[in-house]
Amino acid sequence: MTDVLVLAEHHDSDIKRITLELITGARALGNPVVLWLGTGCTDDTVATLGNYGATKVLVADSDAVNNHPVAPGAEIVASLIDSLSPVAVLVASTADGKEVAARAAIKSNCGIITDAVEIAADSTVTQSVFGGSTVVHSRVTKGTPIITVRPNAIPASPQPFAAVREDIAVSISAGAQRVTVKDRTVVAKGARPELTEAEVVVSGGRGVGGPEGFGVIETLADSLNAAVGASRAATDAGWYPHQFQVGQTGKTVSPQLYIANGISGAIQHRAGMQTSKVVVVVNKDPEAPIFELADYGVVGDLFAVVPQLAEEITKRK
Amino acid sequence: MKIAVCVKQVPDTWAEKKLRDSDSRLDRESADGVLNELDEYAVEQALQLVEAAGGEVVIVTMGPERAGETLRKAISMGADAGIHIVDDNLGGSDAVATSAVLAKALSGREFDLILFGSESTDARMSVIPAMVAERLDLPQVTFAQKVDINGSELTVERVTEYGFDLLSAQLPAVVSVVEKINEPRYPSFKGIMAAKKKPVEILTVADLGLEPSVVGASGAWSEVADFAARPPKAAGVVVTDEGDGGVKIADFLTSQKII
Ligand SMILES: Cc1cc2nc3c(=O)[nH]c(=O)nc-3n(C[C@H](O)[C@H](O)[C@H](O)COP(=O)(O)OP(=O)(O)OC[C@H]3O[C@@H](n4cnc5c(N)ncnc54)[C@H](O)[C@@H]3O)c2cc1C
Repeated sequence: MTDVLVLAEHHDSDIKRITLELITGARALGNPVVLWLGTGCTDDTVATLGNYGATKVLVADSDAVNNHPVAPGAEIVASLIDSLSPVAVLVASTADGKEVAARAAIKSNCGIITDAVEIAADSTVTQSVFGGSTVVHSRVTKGTPIITVRPNAIPASPQPFAAVREDIAVSISAGAQRVTVKDRTVVAKGARPELTEAEVVVSGGRGVGGPEGFGVIETLADSLNAAVGASRAATDAGWYPHQFQVGQTGKTVSPQLYIANGISGAIQHRAGMQTSKVVVVVNKDPEAPIFELADYGVVGDLFAVVPQLAEEITKRK
Repeated sequence: MKIAVCVKQVPDTWAEKKLRDSDSRLDRESADGVLNELDEYAVEQALQLVEAAGGEVVIVTMGPERAGETLRKAISMGADAGIHIVDDNLGGSDAVATSAVLAKALSGREFDLILFGSESTDARMSVIPAMVAERLDLPQVTFAQKVDINGSELTVERVTEYGFDLLSAQLPAVVSVVEKINEPRYPSFKGIMAAKKKPVEILTVADLGLEPSVVGASGAWSEVADFAARPPKAAGVVVTDEGDGGVKIADFLTSQKII
């Protein structure tokens, strides 16, 4: 069987779940070969990737990769398209992932499709567009299909294989090293699940009223082992960090359950949460457009409803 | 400093978006076309940079005849000139084909900076800036929440999944900006009047020296096989809180086997 190249999404040694989802999806197309760019690949990492079916883990860890964003990764992907002739390349639909994919596509004369939610064995891609209102099947018509996949779309399932690690040395052109990382600021992520990976997301908007108002949102989130999200009104006001913004210009989430509290449902907010499986809304305005998306909605004061809900969930567990 | 800002006409943000049965393309005629709102931040950034350091801002768009209105709208914010690539052969272009056209239109004009918004609200791919940078062999610094230019030294805060990176590069470069970066100005009456007289260069595919086969549907490296509207979600239940709203949601979640 032929290889499928999977670009690992990770933060140092922390493997993002989308990586395991990509490997799971890749198994339908061929042998998943994982490309790990940068630091953090340990024996444990290789074992975890193998547990989901990776046959090989190619590690490209060099100064060129670590100090310069996007362009070096694209050169490595392009060189592997050349040397491995994979049937497809799967990448996470994150900002970096999409850009590495885009540049590799141009370099290698390969078509690209972004934001897949499903990939068939013949590399036909399913996309969910326009806020989930339309399902599209598309395919790449030139070269090796390069496909970026949305987090939380393909359920990761183990299929153990004894993956082997192979360190690769790819020379990176000077041109790809013209942008230099001077400093990285990492905002503490806390103990909650990652926003884009979480099964449940509990969000707060302007209705939360201030930073302290997020206390009730966090308590509810913790009762459900959920991630906390926020509308732009809340992040812009500085009530909650920008990293947690959901929407057009924030994160796109697709959890099993999304609970929107004190959020009106502007189109830009919907763009980031519309494909959630079940939506629950708490808002004191019965006319708020967010109710159009609700599977279950309560018209009421979030400061009464949300704490009661948290208590009830804790009681029922 | 000479800055190009690439903008796109998209269906009005609130308009329902649909694909056409005939060719699986976005039905652009049925909705009003507006300037992609994320591009307004790129135009604003260009204007601020030129106001600080001097120079010229050129708005570039590829799109049908009526995208010319969007081009004028962007110019009316205060830009100096426009380039409109319009050609019947362009319909059906995917990102690969679009980036080929933009790169060709931008090359050889000695722009110090090529600015983009972080994504278009219709296609939402976020790949055009990277593709244009690749094609023009320029450094790419995208998703900027802060842009500083000192001589030819570019410093940018790039939003990442985890926070932000401080990046540096030399001009010329391709930069995309996120909406946190500034507050776009509204075109003034004076700006709107002035925009009508600003020079706009109209270019065809042939003018760019591109073969028709590399643009439009024939130049696309991907295609839509088929599509279907998902049946609208059944209307949910909405109740008014009578002191038991939280309990009722918990009951609903239990019925859904979520808790
Ligand atoms: C270019 C651009 C990009 C954008 N990107 C995003 C994005 O990524 N994400 C995003 O979210 N927005 C985004 N926006 C902003 C978006 O347009 C809205 O302004 C924003 O989503 C509004 O946030 P909100 O719903 O929290 O606030 P509001 O619209 O003010 O709504 C607050 C809601 O809270 C309710 N409420 C108030 N008090 C209570 C209470 N005690 N109990 C219950 N309910 C209460 C009110 O009834 C109201 O419905 C963007 C805008 C632009 C122009």
